[in-house]
Amino acid sequence: MPKGYRGRMHFKRVIPCLDVDAGRVVKGVEFVDIRDAGDPVELAAHYDSEGADELVFLDITATHEKRDTIAKLARRTADEVFVPFTIGGGIRSVADAQAVLDAGADKVSVNSAALQRPELLGELADVFGAQCVVLAIDAKARRWPAGDPRLQRAYNHGGTPVPNGHDDAPAGAATSWEAYLAGGRTSTGRDVVAWAREAVERGAGEILLTSMDRDGTSDGYDLPLTAAVSEAVSVPVIASGGAGELEHLAEALRAGADAVLCASIFHYGRFSVAEAKSHLAAAGIPVRVIE
Amino acid sequence: MSPLIEEPVEIAIVDYGMGNRRSVEKALEHVGARASIGRDHTELRAAAGLVVPGVGAFPRAMENLRALGLDELIRERVAAGTPVLGICLGMQLAFDSSSELGGAEGLGIVPGEVRALAAGELKLPHIGWNEMTILRPDSPLVDSLPQRCAFYHVHSFAAVPAAAEDVVGTAEYGEAFVTAVQRGSFYGVQFHPEKSSAAGLRLLANFARICVGATVAG
Repeated sequence: MPKGYRGRMHFKRVIPCLDVDAGRVVKGVEFVDIRDAGDPVELAAHYDSEGADELVFLDITATHEKRDTIAKLARRTADEVFVPFTIGGGIRSVADAQAVLDAGADKVSVNSAALQRPELLGELADVFGAQCVVLAIDAKARRWPAGDPRLQRAYNHGGTPVPNGHDDAPAGAATSWEAYLAGGRTSTGRDVVAWAREAVERGAGEILLTSMDRDGTSDGYDLPLTAAVSEAVSVPVIASGGAGELEHLAEALRAGADAVLCASIFHYGRFSVAEAKSHLAAAGIPVRVIE
Repeated sequence: MSPLIEEPVEIAIVDYGMGNRRSVEKALEHVGARASIGRDHTELRAAAGLVVPGVGAFPRAMENLRALGLDELIRERVAAGTPVLGICLGMQLAFDSSSELGGAEGLGIVPGEVRALAAGELKLPHIGWNEMTILRPDSPLVDSLPQRCAFYHVHSFAAVPAAAEDVVGTAEYGEAFVTAVQRGSFYGVQFHPEKSSAAGLRLLANFARICVGATVAG
């Protein structure tokens, strides 16, 4: 290469997440430039125009027509939205993934299906490439009662479980987390850091890491969790769950996340994506700002 | 400047079985072009411009192109002055060769080679938004783009043009790499304009205008 080329940096990403049920946004709110806030595609186009770097759709439709529903969503999104988008929820096979990727989605996200059958990650990566495969992990801090022998075992393995609930943990404390099936009601007993490592070896190209403890709290992302997984794997980690203030986004990115996922902080109109980007830029974090 | 072009123009997306053709088609339609996806030589020759998309491995892409006779067709159109835009792997294919998966010869439209991105300790594939440094602001492909402007990249390999004048823009990931080229009527971008929001649409509109201009001139 001729000498003297200069370049600029790689940006951290801000990713709005839309929960979709039967083709409608679950928590839709009014924005002035949107006619139908319940339409995921209109909301997605709004976020694109505000500077969203990517979008994630989590489909929670529980019907037999699910595959058609999410393929239709991917097709409509690809018609109107010109940033990369990921579709998750109910992807259980290469055929499921093929349907949404052919329709225009850039990545698929898998959660429970991969916990139940980890080979799925390798199958998806072989066909579509690791860059298309996002592993979503729903993580919860371990809460064993004091005196439980598993506490000592976890200590011996280098973790610092919190006996009486995660909120008592001092800031920055190392702890350990368990992976739950999507929705967060069923524990699998799997250690989150170990599962993330295994998933990347099997072919996951990105980890979407949600703290069940923080999700819906507005208390900020689980920073020790974000840091522990970001350090453990060689692929980008998307921090999720708990954003309530713009500074929370900066904290998660400083903790090692490559991207932050946000839902209610944007959906309820408290902040715009553009405001989030401005805040991060002012905080010295490299982000794409629209001029 | 509006991303919409002033008059519709026929742009054909070359279908050789690889790449997200539908996203490219929708983005071209969004800027006002009449986009189609095909591999029929007569239809491709009739278009005012061609887009060569592509995601995947270089050797297999070349095999597919040859099997369909599309390698010759693309070379022929470039030689005839038809604007051709290569996107991602579609840009890499225009070079002389690539070292990917044991190596393969390319279309030989742009002198140079394709080799693995030297990202150092950074993760590969490189996925994400990077700013382009425009080295050839005179290229109509980057006309009226903002001075600082980011595009979405997904790649592990990068092109190394032999001639500095073919380089339109560079970006950086571990090292500076070439992310936009132009040689004659061939244009190439390493990033995905169809996934790069307003900046990407503006670049596609620029390409559509280049196609309009070529039609008028021809």
